[in-house]
Amino acid sequence: MQEFIQLLNDVLAQYNLLTAFVFTALLMIAAQQASQRLTAGRIHPSAIAIALGLLLAALAGWYSGGRKGVADLPLLAGTGLLGGAMLRDLSIVATAFSVRADEFVCSGLWGILALALGLLTSFSTGAAIALVCGYRDPVSVTTIAAGAATYIVGPVTGTALHASSEVIALSVAAGLVKAVTVMLITPLIAPVIRLNTPRAAMIFGGLQGTNSGVIAGLAATNPKLVPYGAMTATFYTGLGCLLGPSLFFLIIRKILTSDL
Amino acid sequence: MVIYGTALLAACLLIGTVAGRVIGHSLGLESDLGGVGIAMLLLIASVTWLQKRKLLTAATESGIQYWSMLYVPIVVAMAASQNVCGALSGGLVAAAAGTIPVAACFSLTALLIRCAGDGQQPAVVVSNTTRSTHTENP
Repeated sequence: MQEFIQLLNDVLAQYNLLTAFVFTALLMIAAQQASQRLTAGRIHPSAIAIALGLLLAALAGWYSGGRKGVADLPLLAGTGLLGGAMLRDLSIVATAFSVRADEFVCSGLWGILALALGLLTSFSTGAAIALVCGYRDPVSVTTIAAGAATYIVGPVTGTALHASSEVIALSVAAGLVKAVTVMLITPLIAPVIRLNTPRAAMIFGGLQGTNSGVIAGLAATNPKLVPYGAMTATFYTGLGCLLGPSLFFLIIRKILTSDL
Repeated sequence: MVIYGTALLAACLLIGTVAGRVIGHSLGLESDLGGVGIAMLLLIASVTWLQKRKLLTAATESGIQYWSMLYVPIVVAMAASQNVCGALSGGLVAAAAGTIPVAACFSLTALLIRCAGDGQQPAVVVSNTTRSTHTENP
C-alpha cells in the first residue's frame, strides 16, 4: 500500500499538467454544485470556482510559505503551467473568436461609447482607490486599476508591466469582487435602470465589462439579453488588455512622476 | 484540420506578443504593451478574412474554440496559483477597487440607457414576459 501511494505520487507529480486538468475540473464540479445548491444558481459557477481557487491558493501559501499558491505543492505544480501566462493568454485571445467586428459596429455607436466610458471610469476610480490606499509606484497603481476593470485585464497588465505577485493577486481579487458584485446586483437594479432591451444590454456590457459578471447578471435578469451584453463585454477585456499596459500606464506614470 | 485553428491562434498570440514587446521597447519600457489585445484584433481580422473566403472549416474552428472554452478553467487555475497570502494584507483595497467602480458604472449605465432610449429601438425588443423562458435557446 505504501508503495502504491508512492507510485501514485510519482505519476501525479511527473505528469503534473494532467494532474492540473483533473484538479481544475474538480474545482469546477465543486463550484457547479455549490452554485446550484447553495445559491440557487444566482452566483455564476465560474465566480465560485475562482473564489475557491483563490481560497486554496491562500491555504497553500500559508502551508508552504511560497508565492505561487497551490503550484508550490509538488503534486499541483502543473497548475502553474495551466494558469500561467502562456496558456492563459492563448485562451483569452481565443475568446475573441466568437466576436464579429462588423456585427458590433452595426449595433451602433452606443456600445463603443459605453466601452470607452466603462474602461475610463473603472481605470480612473481604480487608480484613485490605489492611490488612497497608499500605492505610489505607477506599475502597482496601473495593475490595481486594471483589476478594477476585470480579473483578466488586471493580471495581463500586471504581467506585462512586471508587477509583483502580491499586486497581481490583489488585482485578481478586485476583479473577482467586481464580478460577484455585478452578478448579485444586476437582477435587482435592472428594472430600475430599464435594462430590458438589447441596446441597453450592450451598453451595460460595455460599461461593466467583467465577462462572467455581465453574463451571469444578464442571465439572472433575462437570458435573451446575454449575447448582447457578452458581445461588448468581450471587447472590453480585449481593449483593456490593449490599453491597460500602454495608454493607461503611460498616463498614470506621467501623472505620478510629475507629482513627485 | 484542428491544428490549423490552434496554429492560427498561437501565431496571432506570438505576433501580438512580439508586436507588444517591440512597441514597449520603442517607448523605452521593458514590458509588453498590449500584446494580448493586438493578438485579439489579429484573430478577429484573420477569422473574418478566412470566413469571407470560406476557408474556415469546422475542424479548424474547433481548434480555436477548444481554447476559448477552456478560458474559465484556466482562469481558475491562474487564481489558484496566485500569491493570495500577499494580497490579503490589502483586503480593503480589493474590496474598494471591486465595488466603487461598479457603483460608478451602474450610474453611467442608467444615464446612457436613458439617452439611448430616445434613439430608434433595436430590431429585437425583449419584453419582460419572456423572463421565465430560461431553457429557450434562440
